[in-house]
Amino acid sequence: MASSHGTPPVFNNKVVAWIDHRLPIFSYIEKEYHTFPTPRNFNYFWNFGAIATVMLVLMIATGIVLATNYTPHVLMAFDSVERIDRDVPQGWLIRDLHMNGASFFFIAVYIHIFRGMYYGSYKAPRELLWILGVVIFLLMMATAFMGYVLPWGQMSFWGATVITNLFSAIPIVGESIVTWLWGGFAVDNPTLNRFFALHYLLPFIIVGVVALHVVALHVHGSNNPTGIDPKGPQDTVPFHPYYTMKDGFGVMVFLIVYAGFVFFAPDYLGHPDNYIPADPLVTPAHIVPEWYFLPFYAILRAIPDKLGGVLAMFGAIAVLFILPWLDTSRVRSCTFRPIYKWFMMFLVVDVIVLGICGSKPPEGFWVPLSQLATLYYFAHFLVVLPILGKIERPLPLPPSIADSVLKKKAV
Amino acid sequence: MRKPFARNLLVSGAIALASFTVGTVAIAAGGTEHPPHRHWHFQGPFGTFDRAAAQRGFQVYQEVCAACHSLSLVAYRNLTELGLTENQVKGLIKDITVTDLNDEGAPVDRPARPSDRFKKPFPNQAAAAAANNGKAPPDLSVIVKAREYGPDYIYGILTGYVPYDKLTPAQIKEFDVKKDDNFNKYFPGHKIAMAPPLSDDKVTYADGTKATLDQEAADVTEFLAWASEPHMEDRKRTGVRVILFLIALAGMMYAVKRMVWADKH
Repeated sequence: MASSHGTPPVFNNKVVAWIDHRLPIFSYIEKEYHTFPTPRNFNYFWNFGAIATVMLVLMIATGIVLATNYTPHVLMAFDSVERIDRDVPQGWLIRDLHMNGASFFFIAVYIHIFRGMYYGSYKAPRELLWILGVVIFLLMMATAFMGYVLPWGQMSFWGATVITNLFSAIPIVGESIVTWLWGGFAVDNPTLNRFFALHYLLPFIIVGVVALHVVALHVHGSNNPTGIDPKGPQDTVPFHPYYTMKDGFGVMVFLIVYAGFVFFAPDYLGHPDNYIPADPLVTPAHIVPEWYFLPFYAILRAIPDKLGGVLAMFGAIAVLFILPWLDTSRVRSCTFRPIYKWFMMFLVVDVIVLGICGSKPPEGFWVPLSQLATLYYFAHFLVVLPILGKIERPLPLPPSIADSVLKKKAV
Repeated sequence: MRKPFARNLLVSGAIALASFTVGTVAIAAGGTEHPPHRHWHFQGPFGTFDRAAAQRGFQVYQEVCAACHSLSLVAYRNLTELGLTENQVKGLIKDITVTDLNDEGAPVDRPARPSDRFKKPFPNQAAAAAANNGKAPPDLSVIVKAREYGPDYIYGILTGYVPYDKLTPAQIKEFDVKKDDNFNKYFPGHKIAMAPPLSDDKVTYADGTKATLDQEAADVTEFLAWASEPHMEDRKRTGVRVILFLIALAGMMYAVKRMVWADKH
């Protein structure tokens, strides 16, 4: 049944052939996931797309089971989560998988984003592929935020209060928007209800955008560590079995680390305050979001003006949308960009510094540090990228992917 | 339960710069003392609950803490997980009556059943607050998970009281301590509404263990750690199996991947 790329596959199984003649799903799978020509030189950074997909499926599967046992009411939500933990058979497992799954989904996606930035995967002709990825990232953030509100602990409640209040910074209509978001005049039962509804809805929209992301990916195929296009069959391997097996191995390793947290430190990435039931009359000493939002939280607080902070925070993500046009370099991969490579690494350090700043109370030297880190974050995209692309002298590119692989082997 | 800084270290990978460490320590020094770390039987990847300690801890909770603190998420039947038999549980609750509705919808008192959740000391939050100078004592069901430093904090609070005459004038001045205030080394802000709940021989242990303050505090912490996460042992046991399975599968996947790629390297 296998066929080389380009010729339509012939199916020996009569049922498969009958269906495929009418609805070519088997041809599609054959073409896109079997014979699909994929650069032969991926490193393990290329596992994280598959890993993120596995996490998305896992989050939806565990989430549906949790939803069947959860009660979205301000008086019952906290206890219903504890009931899942205590009284639902294996409920603790489903909940621990889901709450740590959010963190590990973000870990996979952050590494995936880093991969895309380091190897220039966003550059022509993959701009829309990249933009769809940023849309997925935004949808994930919204979903994760609303999911964190559902247990209705102190951080749930106060996190929801702080984040929804950001919209009040919008001139004139801000207050009305906040009231509309809350469904009332405070974060209360209507807020919890709509967050639950949206938390259930958005993952399926993510699935839709992921499908578009994959369609866009399969038009020009994957980028690769050299950033140069495959020039012929010697540069590629069929997706299956080469990358299905490599991704399978990567997924297993990732799941081992994930399982380590789920089974041996399930609350390590959470905040103890969220085990205190929500109390609108008691504000926690430090309101902090989940770790994966901390860099953006730091940017929000780095600007002394509320509207400015909100704009900077959203701007930090908006800038990713125009990344393909900010980068003026002809070369995709940082492997061949001797100067930008270090700026890229510095951006990683910068984001980590922002994350640490975001977890600290906004006082003392954390304030100027987060301001400095915010400044670099934007300078990286808006100043370094456009200018460096013009003045940097890239290293000579290898003539082909196969050539670079064979040369590495010879060394 | 964990230090936020430690969490960030993890999140940021290996690149937590030395300067941040110094900064954090400097900031932490200005606040409340961290409770000292104790070894707990339930810690570590294979740690289990010390059944005897947790049973003694239940006695401390029942005879002392339960006067003010509810444990609303735990049912009497759950005590069998601590090694008590069903008959022992029934014996423990034979004198407890709970309010329920009869078939006509009228409130009645009936004997507690093993399936009942622990009886609350106050009928509602407002009554709990009214009886305790305006602030309801927290429910203890998930208290060990709900505090930074978890069990160390609970043990620290129970043993961290300093009598007024042992305080330095500087402490009295800095924290504005009055003679009737309760000063606790590990409570944020130090002034805690709860009077020292435990002392030597506050309870008489059924198993003959000497009831020192330390013993009582450690035992009730063990009990509350169990109450916060009764399935902890199951979680760790499952985890060992899952991880061994995943490692085996990852090894096989690696072997397959090597075979598949053999002609491409």
